[in-house]
Amino acid sequence: MTTHDITITINGEAITATVPARRNLVDFIRQEAGLTGSHVGCEHGVCGACTVEVNGTPVRGCLMLAVQADGAHVTTVEGLADTGRGHRLRAAFQTHNALQCGFCTPGMLASALEYVEGGGTADRTAIREHISGNYCRCTGYQAIVDAIVEVIETGEGA
Amino acid sequence: MSVAKPLPHDAARLHVTGAARYVDDIPLPANTLHLAFGLSQIAAGTVTALDLNAVRRAPGVQGVWTAADLPSDCDCSPSAHDEPLLAGDTILYLGQPLFLVAATCHLAARHAAARALVTYEETDAILTIDDALAAESRFEDGPVVWSRGDAEAAIADAPHRVNGVIEMGGQEHFYLEGQTAAALPQEGGDMLVHASTQHPTEIQHKVADALGLPMHAVRVETRRMGGGFGGKESQGNALAIACAVVAQATGRPAKMRYDRDDDFLITGKRHDFRIAYRAGFDDAGRVLGVDIVQMARCGWAQDLSLPVCDRAMLHADNAYHLPAVRLESHRLRTNTQSATAFRGFGGPQGMLGIERVMDHIAHSLGRDPLEVRRANYYAAARVERVEGGISTKKKQLTPYGMEVSDFILHEMTEALADRCDYAARRARVAEWNAAHPVLKRGIALTPVKFGISFTLTHLNQAGALVHVYQDGSIAMNHGGTEMGQGLFQKVAQVAAASFGVEIGVVKITATDTAKVPNTSATAASSGSDLNGMAVKAACDTIRARMAAHLAAERQADPGAVQFEDGRVVIGSDVLSFAEAAQACYQGRVSLSATGFYKTPKLSWDRKRGAGRPFLYFAYGAACSEVVLDTLTGENRILATHILHDCGRSLNPALDMGQIEGGFVQGAGWLTTEELVWDARGRLRTHAPSTYKIPACSDRPQVFDVMLWDAENREETIYRSKAVGEPPFMLGMSVFHALSDAVAACGPGYPALDAPATPERLLAAVRRVRG
Ligand code: FES
Ligand code: FES
Repeated sequence: MTTHDITITINGEAITATVPARRNLVDFIRQEAGLTGSHVGCEHGVCGACTVEVNGTPVRGCLMLAVQADGAHVTTVEGLADTGRGHRLRAAFQTHNALQCGFCTPGMLASALEYVEGGGTADRTAIREHISGNYCRCTGYQAIVDAIVEVIETGEGA
Repeated sequence: MSVAKPLPHDAARLHVTGAARYVDDIPLPANTLHLAFGLSQIAAGTVTALDLNAVRRAPGVQGVWTAADLPSDCDCSPSAHDEPLLAGDTILYLGQPLFLVAATCHLAARHAAARALVTYEETDAILTIDDALAAESRFEDGPVVWSRGDAEAAIADAPHRVNGVIEMGGQEHFYLEGQTAAALPQEGGDMLVHASTQHPTEIQHKVADALGLPMHAVRVETRRMGGGFGGKESQGNALAIACAVVAQATGRPAKMRYDRDDDFLITGKRHDFRIAYRAGFDDAGRVLGVDIVQMARCGWAQDLSLPVCDRAMLHADNAYHLPAVRLESHRLRTNTQSATAFRGFGGPQGMLGIERVMDHIAHSLGRDPLEVRRANYYAAARVERVEGGISTKKKQLTPYGMEVSDFILHEMTEALADRCDYAARRARVAEWNAAHPVLKRGIALTPVKFGISFTLTHLNQAGALVHVYQDGSIAMNHGGTEMGQGLFQKVAQVAAASFGVEIGVVKITATDTAKVPNTSATAASSGSDLNGMAVKAACDTIRARMAAHLAAERQADPGAVQFEDGRVVIGSDVLSFAEAAQACYQGRVSLSATGFYKTPKLSWDRKRGAGRPFLYFAYGAACSEVVLDTLTGENRILATHILHDCGRSLNPALDMGQIEGGFVQGAGWLTTEELVWDARGRLRTHAPSTYKIPACSDRPQVFDVMLWDAENREETIYRSKAVGEPPFMLGMSVFHALSDAVAACGPGYPALDAPATPERLLAAVRRVRG
């Protein structure tokens, strides 16, 4: 198996490692950085549980190889919590019960954050379309949409 | 008081920060081995040669096990001892584990497993219900039959009759977190297992059996699952046993996580059913007699199929009084994954059968299906009026002879029909359909009556352990597991209410077989009913001891000691709860207690199909409106209104979540979620790319959910009702709304099968056009 030396900055911390060419980004984050908030649900790009930000854009961590992220800046759910970014969304997810088992939550937050920070409106249809790439098997989505709507309607920023 | 408050999920803050740990997130020592199974590529036959040399030589591989290398047969079955961990020579389904690889990482193990050279001799597989019937391939000797009254005569004498067949597919659980387990060897040969399971006691039992250890040498811990839905009741056994076997053999920790495709291929799903019916009825659509034959495809192993099929029979009436009824149930053995528990546990299939009968009767009489449903409802529960000592109340019995004494669907249906404006909307749908040739709308309001209790009576028990520490903090443990449903929070609310303290005073701890033994699976919606009562019993014991001591010190009456608002009031004396705990500790009072609960009133004879299997029923009703494109079969849910009964809700916010999520999952089962096996028994829909669960854009555009607020007539924990499974069946309203839309296309009866995929909808449209 070919290996590569790569450096990825995760939540502000540069991590250098020798990895097999086929290791995907979410495994790198979980194994090399020890950050287990990003989850592996389907491993082929459908469920969205592995969604993280790479250079500011949400990416499926199971579809990107770690070597493709060499030199990139990655933000995970832990990084968001540390910097306070998205704190209103996190609060709304808690008060609206926008989570049950919580396995989809980190990926769902990443997608919701993109929508809110991108200036998305409180239009429920638009919100539903935006997050329909993230599966949740527990909640029926109602509370997730409610949480996002509330964040948009009640103030500035995510 | 903390009960009945809409408190958020206890771990919500951990989830939004990524700090909540699932089994795969638990840090393990660097020498941990990672496991993968090699799977059979045929559905039936024998292995004639198994060449694993290339597997052993693959990078990172540390060991390979076949059936012959195991310490025992390592049975994984929850019931019939018919599930060896690894197939020997005989293959019973495509996807059956043949060998086990241990490697230095997850990927290395999977890549190695793919290198096996296996030679098979394939035989004809029994794949379908028809195959199994033809081959007489079954569990139990023959069909199970229960009857009440003379259904045959009632059908023959009835003014009208319908008959038909409905096929309904299975369902993949698609818990977002796949199956995972880890085992860590301990001193003296003991084993610690972390498992994503709804049933830690069973994992303990099966691991102990596999390793030849007593149960006390195995400890199983489960903090949380990333979803379960029944799929982690028995299907996690194999991973835990595999990890324990490798850990015992190598002395190294071992972890196993199924890749999603493997999870689909290996594990069981909801049973698919075929239900054939014949019904006789009067001019108003009231059923006079009905004969229902249920055929269930159970897969290769018995697993939980017998109680699942029993529950399907127990829900063959749903909300309807069937004066003369015959039920016949076939439990068919096939060369497919072992069908298993899934939210509702056979109940949804049984109910869909009788809902089809109601719909069919209404169509044949040209009546509104809701009118026919209501005409068939059980009699309303009412206060028993006793005149001259004789009750005038007419008892209505289910097909299995249990009296339905708590029936509230008349009021609920009335309230929901009002709230969603059913009658006017039904008229508007008809107008709309008259004006639109291509897009057709449909509307349906369907009820749910779901029996609460395990039908295996001995499972209706639970234990708890509660400690009060000398600083007044409280730790609580019980046998229930947390899979997202909010059980831990609800039970913590019960503990906090018992001691009159804030919820934050109560520490929720992981389910642990070393703390509470001999527990039942968290299943049958029974989690808070059973564990809430057990925790309350433990709290009551400690509280009584505290009250006795504090009262004695002050010559007060123990019965008058109050625990409220974080304080303990003894006559004119007021202590904080922490001061009270400290005083009791100083007074040498035991501040630790176990609690135990067993559900009362149950008596059930499953062979005869008679008795009282349930403590009570939970009720609900849903109305859905859909629009269907009759050229493509595409469809949308326009609106869903729900009224659901949780008794006196322990936590309305968590209960709403269960209702919304259950409905969407139920609608998924009946619409988009289609499992397809090919002619050789390979599951073709083995990943989310081909198996479609509802996404956010699939949910109803208008989604209105209300709780029906009325206390449980039975003495459950704070008079609440179970809420895990019942809302799943609210999804039936979507299926019947689609059938209603199809019926608008022509004179024929749609006879729609489930799931109602665009293909099936188009076929039904053609059928009604004749
Ligand atoms: S794990 Fe990446 S999309 Fe599902
Ligand atoms: S909360 Fe369980 S998958 Fe979303």
